[in-house]
Amino acid sequence: MDRIVVSDISKTFQLKPGQFVTVDGEATDRVTVLDGVDLSIRKGEFITLVGPSGSGKSVLLDIIGGLTQATGGDVKLDGRRITRPDPKTGYVFQQYALFPWRTALANIEYALEVRGVAKAERTATARHLLSLFGLAGFEDRFPNQLSGGMQQRVAIARALASNPEVLLMDEPFAALDQQTRELLQGELLRIWGKINTTVIFVTHSIDEAIFLADRVVVMTARPGAVKEIIDIDLPRPRDGDIRASAEFNLYRARVWDVLRDEVNKAQKDWTLSPAFSH
Amino acid sequence: MPLLGLFFLLWEIAPRLGWLNRIFFPPLSEVLVAWWALLASGVLIEHIGISLQRAAIGFALGVVVAIPLGLLMGRYSLFEKVSDLLVQTLRNTSQFALLPVFILLLGIGEESKVAITFYSSVFFLLVNTISGVKSVDPLLIKAARSMGTSDFDLFRKVILPASIPSIVAGARLAVKSSLFAVIGAEMLAAKSGLGFLIQNSQLMMETADMYAGILTLTVIGLTVNYLLVWFERWATAWKGQSETSLI
Repeated sequence: MDRIVVSDISKTFQLKPGQFVTVDGEATDRVTVLDGVDLSIRKGEFITLVGPSGSGKSVLLDIIGGLTQATGGDVKLDGRRITRPDPKTGYVFQQYALFPWRTALANIEYALEVRGVAKAERTATARHLLSLFGLAGFEDRFPNQLSGGMQQRVAIARALASNPEVLLMDEPFAALDQQTRELLQGELLRIWGKINTTVIFVTHSIDEAIFLADRVVVMTARPGAVKEIIDIDLPRPRDGDIRASAEFNLYRARVWDVLRDEVNKAQKDWTLSPAFSH
Repeated sequence: MPLLGLFFLLWEIAPRLGWLNRIFFPPLSEVLVAWWALLASGVLIEHIGISLQRAAIGFALGVVVAIPLGLLMGRYSLFEKVSDLLVQTLRNTSQFALLPVFILLLGIGEESKVAITFYSSVFFLLVNTISGVKSVDPLLIKAARSMGTSDFDLFRKVILPASIPSIVAGARLAVKSSLFAVIGAEMLAAKSGLGFLIQNSQLMMETADMYAGILTLTVIGLTVNYLLVWFERWATAWKGQSETSLI
């Protein structure tokens, strides 16, 4: 059963008056970052999105999350068109985006506060989530008193607080060191296994994409579209050792093969002004 | 601290040795005696009370006006464009220059003093609220929106708390400014308050009383400043190491 259906999505950014970029050798004030994206995502599926810089992965995620309007095409969640953030969707950002004036507990409670959940229930849910992420005892710490890995755990817990049916993750582990990153990948899979949320996960790391995913979606260079979808037929539950297996290596070669041309294209093409980045 | 001690020592000795005219500059001990007499008679407390009350009402009005206005001006650029020139014009007009206007419009009573303290505090609060709102991390707003935060909650639960450090810094300046303004206004046109006490004592050549009034002001200023610094630390405790100084 399809939970999310992305049909023919395109997105063009209009630059501010006076700003220009060079696209294919011509100066223009419009940049098309997505052009004709089609993608169907099944209920409970773990999808990873990889693609060269500028292929519009994050923009696509924003559109699915209802935070940005597409220029053309539409995204349906359970058959309903998405035009604004859906209460069934949780979002996790690379830079954690925790509220620095709220404690770990209060950050998680926020997601329930704005949905009108009663105080006692919010606190109970938030405490449970913190302990699920191994952060019992850190309830009263402010974000700047937590390590990057802990902050991202809190941010994921916050996104899960409202029991979302869809979890959107925009390079959530990119700012973390390698060990923390692999640790959190394992934790994410463990928790995902319990709750069966549909996950769309953007990453730059091919290893991460393969390790986590049911399917890896490879995007083309700008303007982004789906280049190829690779089924990852590795057994679950997965642990870190799987990265050393022969199958994993084959997938790694396969994904890189699909991605290489696009990365090369992107390198040549990417001459946008510094004022515009995505 | 040793320097301050030396200053007080000089204050005591210089008039006694005739280095300074004792009538214009009585020794510290005489000032303290006068201060104690003012305190014991209840006159001083009355003047302090009335001055603080005027400053506090003006400041409170400033908070009530500036924070909602600043939130809107910082968030909606159209709103700011419309009002910016007016704010800049008013902000750069001395509050004392406007005292006669306030007196003409509001009379010689409390209203004109409250008006001048309000005027002196509101722009510090407004400008800092606007800059606080403008410097809110857009990612936090995006995260809040992704959780379905309503516009009203976005102001209340994200933009306002994120702007608190800037607003509190503005409030410190605003409190000082409204205290200065009330003293000035009382010196120019009042029958009560610390400013009046100082000015009137000078006219009556009761210089010990005058210095007692000035000392009282200094003590109030220092106390208020330390309270505000403490409040700032408390309100921004989540930032970790406080960067505020005692200046």
